[in-house]
Amino acid sequence: MTEFLQLLFQGVSLGATYALVALGFAVVYRSSGVINFAQGAMLLLGAYAISWLAVDLGLAFALAVVAATVMLALGGAALHMLVLRRVVGQPTFVLVMITIGVGIAVTHGVEVAFGPDRRLLGDPWGSSAFEVGGVTINTVKVWGIAITALALAAYFAFDRYTRWGLAMQATAADEEATLSVGVPVRRVHAATWALAGALATLGGLFLAGFPGAPQPALGDAALRAFPAIVVGGLGSPFGAVVGGVLIGVVEVLTSGYAPESLGMNFYAVAPYIAMIAILLVRPYGLFGARPVERV
Amino acid sequence: MSLLEVRDLTLRFGAVTAFEGVSFDVERGDLFAVIGPNGAGKSSLFNALSRVYEPGAGSVRLDGRDFLRVRRDRLAALGVARSFQNLGVFPHLTVLENVLVGRHRLMHGGIVRGGLGLAGREERRHRAAAIEALDFVRLAEHQATPVQLLPYGHRKRVELARCLAMEPTLMLLDEPVAGMNAGERSEITALVRRLRGERDLTVLLVEHDMGMVMQVADRVLVLDFGAPIAIGTPEEIQSDERVIRAYLGEEFEEAVAA
Repeated sequence: MTEFLQLLFQGVSLGATYALVALGFAVVYRSSGVINFAQGAMLLLGAYAISWLAVDLGLAFALAVVAATVMLALGGAALHMLVLRRVVGQPTFVLVMITIGVGIAVTHGVEVAFGPDRRLLGDPWGSSAFEVGGVTINTVKVWGIAITALALAAYFAFDRYTRWGLAMQATAADEEATLSVGVPVRRVHAATWALAGALATLGGLFLAGFPGAPQPALGDAALRAFPAIVVGGLGSPFGAVVGGVLIGVVEVLTSGYAPESLGMNFYAVAPYIAMIAILLVRPYGLFGARPVERV
Repeated sequence: MSLLEVRDLTLRFGAVTAFEGVSFDVERGDLFAVIGPNGAGKSSLFNALSRVYEPGAGSVRLDGRDFLRVRRDRLAALGVARSFQNLGVFPHLTVLENVLVGRHRLMHGGIVRGGLGLAGREERRHRAAAIEALDFVRLAEHQATPVQLLPYGHRKRVELARCLAMEPTLMLLDEPVAGMNAGERSEITALVRRLRGERDLTVLLVEHDMGMVMQVADRVLVLDFGAPIAIGTPEEIQSDERVIRAYLGEEFEEAVAA
């Protein structure tokens, strides 16, 4: 039982981080129909930015996190304004290809600048932990869950209680029509990418927390969070969060309980198996909008 | 002063002239229609007036203001609403949400007030306005339905309700009955008539369907091959020889004469 609770806690903690990553995918998809394959590179860049500010420049850690979040948000907006905006009117596929290219360039740029080795994150938590009823609770994971919950709550409040939530969805459906009601469509897009950058920084922070570290392979976590958005339903922020937690729990429980005969790294495959199983039952994910067409 | 003053407006695509030297005034409260045979330049003129195309020469003044220099996302704030020929609705959003998007520029509540729950009153006000617009187009009972489930004529009504919810002074309608069956056409024609009669609105309508225009318009401008050939009341237009020739062709006229 203790082992189960231990794994469950770790699963929820990992799942919370996946939820952040998946939400980053979902906000971009929902307002532009683009699957942002640069999301992994943004996670990586976010984690390295924190590490650079906190370790190399010696900023207080909280300040480093805030500064890195702002930097990545500006970077996301700049990506839209300098690059993506220029291909307006091209098929979505073109934008997707650009995000793949940007992702590769950023990942390798980071590796060139900081080298291939693991770095220190500079966080005050390290491997510190406490115990509750036999379950080891890492401080960094508690913070991870708490800050993720806060960020998600802030996002959903923004989506529900400001006019921009609806404006973002309208923008994805029909830019001309959205422009005609007075929504500054370009600014909506820039804000979406800024949001993706900010969410990626927080995701990168907790992916790079103990037992991880800022390292070039960090961005691969975006691919592991990918089943989360598919399970949740593309373009559904709430689905992204549910899918993220679900996938995190599946991954950790599998790593704990899967028989050895399935292989060492079976836990990495399990989220995809769960994804396929769910899609068989619900082809558009748990909360995805089912496209309805008249025939 | 007229609400909309168009002077010598000209639009060319390379060597092709879409329309040239178009001038007209739209008076406040009028329903002004632009008609013409296929390829006459109606859609180009509409797109120039809705700022999708930049005209090469001429001027457009809205309420005395230089209309062609306003940023497109600011047009709504000047009281200009438009509908789209091939529908500009948001298919996966509900009918009510579609109309609420039209209230965007009228909404103020930011995240702080919203998060504290203080935006409730504002939200209720906008919902009430949206439902009022839906009542006008007789779609209030479908407010929770995703627009993609509605038939074409209903979707056009959703779009018109969104325009109304913007509280505009000038409504630009781009061929509202294009592609409709007879039933839908008479439904939308009746709705446009009511827009004109019951709302404090000026409407500029571009339409191919002569019958519809003659039922709703106060004044009509006829384009043919990119040039204005007649302007006047529906009665004047119907008896104008050049218009008849443009629409029916000279052969027909010769056949009638013979």
